[in-house]
Amino acid sequence: MGYNCVVLIKQVPDTKRITGDVMNEDGTVKRSALPAIFNPEDLNALEMALQIKDKFGGHITVITMGLPAASEILRGSLFRGADEAILLTDRRCAASDTLATSYILSCAVKRINYDIVLCGRQAIDGDTAQVGPQLAEKLGVKQITYVEELTELSGKTITARRNIGNGWQQVKADLPVLLTVTGDANEPRVAAAKKMMKYKNALAPVEVEQKIKAENPDADEMDIKELAEHKCGKLIEQGLLMKQWDLDAIEADLSWCGMNGSPTKVHRIQSVVLAAKETKQIEPSENGISDMVHELIEDKIIA
Amino acid sequence: MVGQAPPYDIRYTNDEIRNMIEVNRKGEVWVFAEQHNEQIEDTPIELMSKARHLADTLGVKLAAVVLGNGVKDLATKLIQYGADKVYVAEHPLLRTYQTNSYAKVIYDLIHKHEPQIVLYGATIAGRDLAPRIASAIKAGLTADCTDLQIGDHTTVKDKKIHKNLLFQIRPAFGGNIVATIINHDRWPQMATVREGVMPMPEPDVKRKGEIIEEQVTLAQSDLPLEILEEHKRPKKVDLKAARIIVAGGAGVGSKDNFKLVWDLANCLGGAPAATRAAVDLGFIDHDHQVGQTGTTVRPSLYIAVGISGAIQHQAGMSQSQKIVAINNDPDAPIFGVAHYKIIGDLNEVVPMMIKSIKEKSIKD
Ligand SMILES: Cc1cc2nc3c(=O)[nH]c(=O)nc-3n(C[C@H](O)[C@H](O)[C@H](O)COP(=O)(O)OP(=O)(O)OC[C@H]3O[C@@H](n4cnc5c(N)ncnc54)[C@H](O)[C@@H]3O)c2cc1C
Ligand SMILES: Cc1cc2nc3c(=O)[nH]c(=O)nc-3n(C[C@H](O)[C@H](O)[C@H](O)COP(=O)(O)OP(=O)(O)OC[C@H]3O[C@@H](n4cnc5c(N)ncnc54)[C@H](O)[C@@H]3O)c2cc1C
Repeated sequence: MGYNCVVLIKQVPDTKRITGDVMNEDGTVKRSALPAIFNPEDLNALEMALQIKDKFGGHITVITMGLPAASEILRGSLFRGADEAILLTDRRCAASDTLATSYILSCAVKRINYDIVLCGRQAIDGDTAQVGPQLAEKLGVKQITYVEELTELSGKTITARRNIGNGWQQVKADLPVLLTVTGDANEPRVAAAKKMMKYKNALAPVEVEQKIKAENPDADEMDIKELAEHKCGKLIEQGLLMKQWDLDAIEADLSWCGMNGSPTKVHRIQSVVLAAKETKQIEPSENGISDMVHELIEDKIIA
Repeated sequence: MVGQAPPYDIRYTNDEIRNMIEVNRKGEVWVFAEQHNEQIEDTPIELMSKARHLADTLGVKLAAVVLGNGVKDLATKLIQYGADKVYVAEHPLLRTYQTNSYAKVIYDLIHKHEPQIVLYGATIAGRDLAPRIASAIKAGLTADCTDLQIGDHTTVKDKKIHKNLLFQIRPAFGGNIVATIINHDRWPQMATVREGVMPMPEPDVKRKGEIIEEQVTLAQSDLPLEILEEHKRPKKVDLKAARIIVAGGAGVGSKDNFKLVWDLANCLGGAPAATRAAVDLGFIDHDHQVGQTGTTVRPSLYIAVGISGAIQHQAGMSQSQKIVAINNDPDAPIFGVAHYKIIGDLNEVVPMMIKSIKEKSIKD
């Protein structure tokens, strides 16, 4: 018994904490100036998978496509109860739009046995909410978007409540299925202390290599490779080596990845300049306000 | 219940490339006319005047696409709002919106007619449907646009100029930047457009257009979900239709004190609204929220009471014709978009305004 869940998670800059000084002159965002966090709604997706596992058993795989630093949220998932974490990292993924991202993710997900794929509804940096539905199409599975409650899971069918803007809808479908989960679905749990102790030293191979390079600044490439292999071997024994895939490992067709695979291109980016208008200052007195109201009536703004 | 992944080929085949359509400069401009219960949503109608302008600039026809069962009558309305043509796809299985059935029909229509631009409202259904179609047809899709224009783009690598592309303008990074996105090589150019950012056009009852009925074949298997139950509640307020809006923020202080906002709105015949902070504090229902994650409004008069003016709030109200801001902090960013700036305590200023308006209306 139990269900196999795959949860797709993204590391994002904390755009809620954006201020003027993280913007570059040309209107781009200094990503390095913002803390990198677990995309909030991906924590809701993970929580939904964890509740399924708590109730029915099964296996949870989390996958992120990103820079080596994204391993941080993979560890964050292991701390909360995920069974397996996969870092999908490759320079050739850079500049992927949502279509290329969903293609790459589909190549990875297809290598795993799953009953339910869970995504967050939306990432707070790109803000498109497109990756979930695009991935569902590439996997050839049905999608239930804007899920705010998993109502029932029994045998091979799932019932879920989805937000439809001005209300809700209860839908039923056969597995496999892809869900996009909203922030209202649940309260994500915090890291469990025991699991944190266990997994705090879990690393992806690329991190092992970075670490060894930093520790042995004078070593040549061959030595570093050997040391890294040795360290990885040890981590495997301890169950602490996270999986790492590149585009070759998932047999992705490069013409559908990165810049090549992305039909949308950025023509221009501007920071939001708040339009300065001609402002009239009004005294906060009966006279001042009466004059303003009078003017608004004259201008036919107030009937 | 550990299932098997579907037996899909990992690699794309040449067949996949055939899913795409060619760059087609003569292609039409399309608007997906989302309807529920034989009622067209507001967003596609708002989109019509902008789409009309795009089609005129490109010198091509504007077509609306409507799917459903018993929806042919809606075609006349869409023509009145500016469509030259309406493609009507009717089938009993299209009665209620479902991702797969709608995606399949639109996918086939795009292949048949090869439009150059396809626009969708960024409604819940639009954001569920458009990415599914884009993924199948391998086309680009820009999310949540706030403006659309036609312009030229030069590719950096080969300095090639691509003329008359769709500029898809959208905020990103939580509203802190505005990006202009294009797709020059893989068509159609597709975008979803945010609700309420374009003014509702006036229908022209004399407009004539062509209605084209499309044949559809669908099977029950194209509806993989079973809709067990649906609850829709009418919105508590129609902010988009309000000529005057009085919005309160966290500065109002309490739910009780929010009565000031209601009173000022009432005496002006306007609608009360709020910031997200005020909604989160429980001063008023979410239906009243203005901004990026609420409603976008463009009334004749917007009075901001105890509102700091965060970017996400301004995104929903900066297009108002006249803006009055009341705040006791002279540096509040809301003053940057205000036409009338009142630095003072809202607890004194709002009652003075109510009094003044009441006096004036008695005199008239
Ligand atoms: C300013 C700007 C504007 C952009 N506009 C567009 C646009 O309009 N159209 C477009 O196609 N692309 C656009 N992009 C590119 C897009 O942001 C990236 O492709 C991004 O990697 C995925 O999109 P998203 O952040 O919107 O994710 P969403 O679609 O909002 O993410 C939904 C869910 O998908 C999953 N997911 C997304 N990315 C990953 C990942 N890397 N690894 C694992 N899971 C993931 C997560 O579960 C996430 O919660 C834009 C980028 C920028 C910087
Ligand atoms: C992704 C995202 C989406 C968001 N979407 C929205 C959205 O859709 N809509 C929205 O509104 N916000 C949205 N926000 C939140 C937004 O960033 C701000 O936090 C919010 O708008 C602040 O609300 P406020 O102005 O009421 O509160 P505050 O920023 O706390 O401002 C209160 C103001 O009241 C003034 N004040 C206090 N007492 C008095 C008094 N006695 N007299 C006069 N003035 C007084 C203060 O000087 C201050 O300027 C979003 C944020 C994020 C990150």
